[in-house]
Amino acid sequence: MFVRTIAAALAAGLLMSHAASAQTIRIDGSSTVFPVTEAVAEEFQKMKRNAIRVTVGVSGTGGGFKKFCRGETDLSNASRPILKSEMDECAKTGVGYIEIPVAFDALTVAVNPRNTAVNNITIAELKKMWEPAAKGTIMRWKDVNPAWPDQPLKLFGAGADSGTFDYFTEAVTGKAKASRSDFAASEDDNVLVQGIENDRNALGFIPYAYYLPHKAKMKALGIDEGKGRGPVLPSEKTVIDGTYSPLSRPLFVYINTKALDRAEVRDFLDFYLKSQKLITEVKYVPLPAQAYDIARERIAKKVTGTAFGGHPEVGLSILEILNRQPKS
Amino acid sequence: MSAVDSVRAASPPRGFGSTTRIERARRTELLFVGTAMIVTGIGVAVLIALIAGLAYDGWTRLTPEFFVNFPSRRAGQAGILSAWVGSLLVVLVCAAVSVPVGVAAGIYLEEYAGKNWFTALIEINVNNLAGVPSIVYGLLALGLFVYGFGLGQSVATAGLTLALLILPIVIVATRESVRAVPYAIREAAYGVGATKWQVTQHHVLPYASPGIATGVIIGLSRALGETAPLVMIGALSFIAFLPAAPIKGEFPFVSFQWLFDPFTVMPIQMFNWVSRPDPAFQANAAAAGLVLLVMTLALNGFAIWFRIRMRRKIKW
Repeated sequence: MFVRTIAAALAAGLLMSHAASAQTIRIDGSSTVFPVTEAVAEEFQKMKRNAIRVTVGVSGTGGGFKKFCRGETDLSNASRPILKSEMDECAKTGVGYIEIPVAFDALTVAVNPRNTAVNNITIAELKKMWEPAAKGTIMRWKDVNPAWPDQPLKLFGAGADSGTFDYFTEAVTGKAKASRSDFAASEDDNVLVQGIENDRNALGFIPYAYYLPHKAKMKALGIDEGKGRGPVLPSEKTVIDGTYSPLSRPLFVYINTKALDRAEVRDFLDFYLKSQKLITEVKYVPLPAQAYDIARERIAKKVTGTAFGGHPEVGLSILEILNRQPKS
Repeated sequence: MSAVDSVRAASPPRGFGSTTRIERARRTELLFVGTAMIVTGIGVAVLIALIAGLAYDGWTRLTPEFFVNFPSRRAGQAGILSAWVGSLLVVLVCAAVSVPVGVAAGIYLEEYAGKNWFTALIEINVNNLAGVPSIVYGLLALGLFVYGFGLGQSVATAGLTLALLILPIVIVATRESVRAVPYAIREAAYGVGATKWQVTQHHVLPYASPGIATGVIIGLSRALGETAPLVMIGALSFIAFLPAAPIKGEFPFVSFQWLFDPFTVMPIQMFNWVSRPDPAFQANAAAAGLVLLVMTLALNGFAIWFRIRMRRKIKW
């Protein structure tokens, strides 16, 4: 009896599954972008009275692109631009995409509040601390800067599979994924938060959205780019005016051009690009209004491709990003 | 211990040497009982501490709304509706597949299969499969169900994956229960001219069913808590809708669309909440953990009650 039920179920389901999938918008990708897309999806479904379903997965930026290039998802969340290898993958399967920046995140370098000696840090000091050569040699705070205490240096950072790690290493050591390996790595940012909160000798980097709710128990460092501007603390203001550099990073959503033929996907994107309030609510920094106009235009004209050419770049201001013409 | 005491009282030691030997044996026994009690105590204490910890963190979130709300970006409004419905449906599919296949395989191996190299091979494989890490099943399911059969990240895929995972448990439980049925029962049935299937159907299966049911339910409660293979097949994190209803207004009135709908389950919902930036979600995760724990304990409790009830019916 069970076998017959299953067989009937499979047959019936296969006949019907096509009709129903038209009503579902499938999204996957970065865990950093997840809170933004989730908030938009939640409100969108409420607005449509649940007539349209939106699913959001968390496979990481890379994992998301894999599914996206196989045509399994309509939209892909990404905390960094698409890489060359992923562009090739999409080209192979014939998946065209439109790249739109949706929000800003400020990578926050934080220490324990009991660490009173250190309030600011330069990119050069961060490089000395994190570059591959630091492994086994830069083990105490005074090794980085003689003015700092003679205490062990405990580093916490994102794991190697995350877009956060890629961006931080690119910005600090000059090469994506080039980092010392002897630090406490976790894909789960809350583990890093706890590490920094509990160890007075800790230093770690986390997305701004994770720093903000815990700011009573940790201390963000001012970042000095070394261009004479002096140290700058992360905040909505310093991200928008471009002074919190190079650790502000744009977050992207990639759209499968074929999905744009469906009215519900166009509706969803339209809703997404008017969701600045939701972005602020989930502790990310919305882009200036002009950015969303350009994104709308890109969607309307179906301007495909990426503005980054498949190489990670850091420290770009929002206007620089938007004024570039995407190329496939 | 009382047995040891009464033996001592009834027959006092006859020689000097035997007294010390009995004394020593008694001391060893006391030592063993003490150690065993401490070890058991540690296990129970850890479980109680875990439940108490979850309850302390999560009890404020255990409102009726928590069970009927979809997940939300606002911790206070987020609920586990899609998660518990998803868990239930996945376990349902899992049971519908693993029980008939597992029980049939167990009966075949125990009652019908001859003793040759082929059955020996199957036996070794089944026993080994029980020890394969669950993530390996996820990998298999990703290739086979998600891409091979094109089922995607659906309730059906998850149910089938977990069915594979608990199949060895069901088979082993079936075989042991069937083996425990006294051979005299079978011989008596054969003696009055029953066929092999009649013997199995009328005698072996009814007597073995408490044991089989216990094994099945233990397996299902394991399936309920599994996360790794479902993460592997790409289960989704944010689902704010329920799979399609199994009953609909127009012909043919039943729908199996729900089998092919995206889903989320309790452990994945918990995992998602634990990794959120907003600390308020930690309370949600604790509450969801408590619900999951209660679901698992309830299943196990049901297994025990069911076995006792069925045992009472058996009259040999």
